[in-house]
Amino acid sequence: MAHDLAHDLPHADGHDAHHPYGGAMRWIQTTNHKDIGLMYLIFGITMLLMGGAMILGVRAELFRPGLQLMQPEFFNQLITLHGLIMVFGFAMPVATGLANYMLPMVLGAPDMALPRLNNWGFWILPPAALMLVLPFFLGLVGIGPGAVDTGWTMYAPLSVQSGWGMDFAIFAVHMLGVSSILGSINVIVTILNMRAPGMTLFKMPLFAHGFLVTAILLITIMPVFAGGVTMVLMDRHFDTHFFNAAGGGDPVLWQHIFWFMGHPEVYVLLLPITGMVPHVLTAFSRKQTYGYRAQVYSMWAIGVLAMVVWAHHMFTSGMSTGGQLYFMYSTMLISLPLAVMFFCWIATLWRGSLSFETPMLFAVGFIILFGWGGLTGLILADAAADPQYHNAYFLVAHFHYALYPTTVMGAMAAIYYWLPKWTGHMLNERMGRIHFWVVMIGFNLTFIPQFMVGLAGMPRRIPDYPLMFTEWNMLSTVGAFILGASHLIFIYNVWSNIRGGDKAEAKAWEGAEGLEWTVPSPAPYHTFEKQPTIE
Amino acid sequence: MQGLKKTVLGALVALGPAAVWAGYEFSFPKPVTPIAHETLHVHNLFMVIALTLFFGVLALMLYSFWKHRKSVGHKAADFTAPKSRKQWLWTLFPFAALLVLDYGVFGIPAYHAVLMYEDTKTDAELVVKVTGSQWLWEYEFPAEGVKFYSRLATPRAQILNEQPKGEHYLLEVDNPLVLPVGKKIRFITTSNDVIHSWWVPAFGVKRDAVPGFLREFWAKIDTVGTYRGQCSELCGKEHAYMPIVVNVVPQAEFDSWLKSKKTPL
Repeated sequence: MAHDLAHDLPHADGHDAHHPYGGAMRWIQTTNHKDIGLMYLIFGITMLLMGGAMILGVRAELFRPGLQLMQPEFFNQLITLHGLIMVFGFAMPVATGLANYMLPMVLGAPDMALPRLNNWGFWILPPAALMLVLPFFLGLVGIGPGAVDTGWTMYAPLSVQSGWGMDFAIFAVHMLGVSSILGSINVIVTILNMRAPGMTLFKMPLFAHGFLVTAILLITIMPVFAGGVTMVLMDRHFDTHFFNAAGGGDPVLWQHIFWFMGHPEVYVLLLPITGMVPHVLTAFSRKQTYGYRAQVYSMWAIGVLAMVVWAHHMFTSGMSTGGQLYFMYSTMLISLPLAVMFFCWIATLWRGSLSFETPMLFAVGFIILFGWGGLTGLILADAAADPQYHNAYFLVAHFHYALYPTTVMGAMAAIYYWLPKWTGHMLNERMGRIHFWVVMIGFNLTFIPQFMVGLAGMPRRIPDYPLMFTEWNMLSTVGAFILGASHLIFIYNVWSNIRGGDKAEAKAWEGAEGLEWTVPSPAPYHTFEKQPTIE
Repeated sequence: MQGLKKTVLGALVALGPAAVWAGYEFSFPKPVTPIAHETLHVHNLFMVIALTLFFGVLALMLYSFWKHRKSVGHKAADFTAPKSRKQWLWTLFPFAALLVLDYGVFGIPAYHAVLMYEDTKTDAELVVKVTGSQWLWEYEFPAEGVKFYSRLATPRAQILNEQPKGEHYLLEVDNPLVLPVGKKIRFITTSNDVIHSWWVPAFGVKRDAVPGFLREFWAKIDTVGTYRGQCSELCGKEHAYMPIVVNVVPQAEFDSWLKSKKTPL
């Protein structure tokens, strides 16, 4: 089966007749959810490697105090692109890829509801990514000022002052926004209209619930963000003064607009994973998910709360006392639905019949590391203590504990879990375990030192630092390179799984449940030509 | 006796590497203002609670991983929700505890801390205006008509690794801010260009300098000494190179410093 995925994995049931074109045109024109999902995943993982390579450059520079490898201008481009690429280039596309590939299968639908829109949604992405990074590569060969260098938060007036890499970033954000709005519309329409007969909303898998909330969040926030960056564009080139006090504007207005997108965005990255994790937990604990309804309600509660807590990112910007108290207390409220989910996950494991195959390792690793990310978020909510953490490395470590376990480890749990369904092969478990432990060691070695060095007083986004921070930074850099190497193991694992491996049954995992496990592995090109019925 | 000797020796051997660990700071610098004391207190309390919760739950999970393995033949239970009254109580207890933790243990002190942080005017004895610019700080005592710039003093050669780095590498300036000890000082921040942020960790305060707007905070520094910090809002290419140095001195010394600054050069 060595030739399986290389170019024709989805042909497994011989539906070749559906492609009028071969080669590249087949991929450009495809409207099949599996093809598009696959392209999203490949795109996302490519961006993960690119964003990762950039941050390894940053970590290498930070290995010692002083400027060794790069100038600050270049350093600022690297940290900015790392943030934008990881959020918009990797995390969201990979989640959308999982949605595309798996939603129709878990819902018992033949495909996504709007297949052509789906195709368009994906093909906006590569040009958008190119837009974002083109000034960077042009800058490398000495053309222009380089890429956007304002940090991914693009705070005005710095973003008004920045070079034309910023304009490219603005247009990239517009395109990425259109792409994710299209993807979200498709997800919502598919979930609401294409479920198998008998699958009521409260019989729907949690995976779909997670994506439903995510899609609604995205449709709410992305237009606001697109409007915001357009205002920056106007301030830059058309003499408006939205963010210029001299013309009656306010730089802090940008922060409100940005974080109105930026905070829900955190949950956009989290919720698909919180929906997916129970699938893995139930499969490997061989036990029904605990508190299904409680988890659904929690996701909705998080979705609603996500919209009304944004200014906790701005406690040092200067805010009224009442504003600080409101954003502090509303932020604390999020700990409750999150705690409900942790409770349900652990209760699902409790007294199960546990085995620890690779997807389970990543799911459990996600719970543990994300738990610490969540707990440290609680102290950052304290408006009076926050200034001591904010924009220091403590904050950097906190949000990496929140985002890495979800977006990367969560996505890897999902990919390893459904890989047998995609390729028809079981994973080499030994390599999977090695991948997991390298991730755990690399991740903690990278970010535990960052908590410490942040408490000692190191600000973020500096290419050079006082001598007292040296030791922790060296450790962190060593950790980052280990973590970087772990992703190569991941690529190798997926590649060798595509090339071959033990044959996967229709139900690849003993405890797996759901409609996707009722069809053969690999799944046929059109999963359900006749919808299954749920009692 | 022999056992005791061994224990002491063992402890010494174990403590030896602690000297090597001296470079690994893992908490806030020694606090010298009421806000910094409060923040350190909250931080320590929080860390104890958070680490207890984290390791408690982790222990529970590890117990389950060990005890409920399939490989030792554990059969899966089939509960999916609390049923009996007792189970409901057990389920709701963690959330009640979390509510108390959020809004009681952290929430009540945080309320008072926020009010304290924002009370910049009561009994303020001195006003300092801090203006951020790319890439230096300007300090002004408006009532005294004193105004001066404070720039990075570290030579470029040290940054480029051409000279050995000094003790206060990147944390040294040409004109440090001088402040009297034990006086409530009201700081007003603003900026000439982009947003900067004024942060001295030992003071526990950080406030952005926003162009076109005034922001304020206060500090009452209880110990004489030199305190250092850095700009903590990305402000362009020299963001790492606009440090803050504050010399806190007795009132008399401050007065004579201020006088010397007033003398036209």
